[in-house]
Amino acid sequence: MIEFTFWDILRNLLLAARWTVLLSLVSFAGGGIVGLIVMFMRISPNKAVAIIAKGYIELFQGTPLLMQLFLAFFGIALLGFTVPAWLAAGLALILWTAAFLAEIWRGCVEAIAKGQWEASASLGMGRLQQMRYVILPQAMRIAVPPTVGFSVQVVKGTALTSIIGFVELTKAGTAVTNATFQPFLVYGLVALIYFALCWPLSKSSQILERKLNVAHKNH
Amino acid sequence: MGYRLDFGWIPQYWPVLVSGIGVTIYLIAAGAAAGCLLGMVCAWTRALGPAWARPVVVAYVEMIRNTPFMVQLFFIFFGLPSLGLQMTELQAATLAMIVNLGAYSCEIIRAGIEATPRGQFEAGASLAMSRFQTFRYVVLVPALQRIWPALSSQIVIVMLGSAVVSQIAAEDLSYAANFIQSRNFRAFETYIVSTLIYLLLAILLRQVLAWVGRALFPKRRSAR
Repeated sequence: MIEFTFWDILRNLLLAARWTVLLSLVSFAGGGIVGLIVMFMRISPNKAVAIIAKGYIELFQGTPLLMQLFLAFFGIALLGFTVPAWLAAGLALILWTAAFLAEIWRGCVEAIAKGQWEASASLGMGRLQQMRYVILPQAMRIAVPPTVGFSVQVVKGTALTSIIGFVELTKAGTAVTNATFQPFLVYGLVALIYFALCWPLSKSSQILERKLNVAHKNH
Repeated sequence: MGYRLDFGWIPQYWPVLVSGIGVTIYLIAAGAAAGCLLGMVCAWTRALGPAWARPVVVAYVEMIRNTPFMVQLFFIFFGLPSLGLQMTELQAATLAMIVNLGAYSCEIIRAGIEATPRGQFEAGASLAMSRFQTFRYVVLVPALQRIWPALSSQIVIVMLGSAVVSQIAAEDLSYAANFIQSRNFRAFETYIVSTLIYLLLAILLRQVLAWVGRALFPKRRSAR
């Protein structure tokens, strides 16, 4: 039997953690783009468009990410493609992230005082100009802490992709456990690596929030 | 592309789905009840408890909130037996739910407690209430009332997260779905049905929690 040293275990886990990081980045960036579109649809004056966006958000926030992953995995296969796990994982995570970010950002846009809309309208700005020059610059300031906070959920969400066969940190943890028979050590290390990825994000979200609140009080 | 969706298997496998739904409901009921209790104890410790216990609670909360539920589940189910803690799948799943929700609810309840005006503590003390009585009657209940919406949505999130327990073969709804699709080879349809059931459960749970909130915290005479 091959003996595994502590370094062997840690090295393998850290190598797999690269894929967790990469998938998190892709999901977050993709989810941000789709989420922005959904957010604009959600606050659109056109009722039908807003309802579609609301339905989208409800659907993705009201169902388990795991089921969404399965549906992406088996759904794309129905279209006649062989689905690599990373594609299904990326797609499901992007759509899931988009739903949450759209809802977070909608809250931020709606937190901007009504008077700002009216003031910019009275200057003869069109809706796009209002958004671009008046609303978004202010909303973005409020949006930063919850967005950074949500990125923690994305990193944790990537753990589920191991179930459809994407080899990231959790999957590597299972594989290493099966080879070393040391589940306590291996899953403990996996948890610590996730912690090392997520905690700085959580903490910076908290700090940003506090900073923003201070800025708010000074007004 | 002549693929036609086929839901003809539903009647045959309905009992499997129902038993899975039962386990999911059990998990969230047990997890929510015990998890919120744990959260309350932790929140008290964190806000008002002995100084030595506070870092322990902080470490627990931060550790749970910054790691995936699935890793916690695997650690409990696969890791703890090496310390001599053997559990069945369902016990491990329930424990993981409690530990997970305990950390989140601690943080939420603590926010409610810390929003309590200082004067409330002093008012309780001036009525000759003990520290515990003040906490129980003056601080906790209004705090819970304040944070109930946040706690409710966290409970729904944890319910949806519970789908992962199928990975340690706890026989919840997602386990039922995995089982059925391995028999009927209709994976897409099976997951559509189970996803819709989850959606329904989430909507229902939201309603139940809103109802519990109204029952626990009836409208008061004075505002705040």
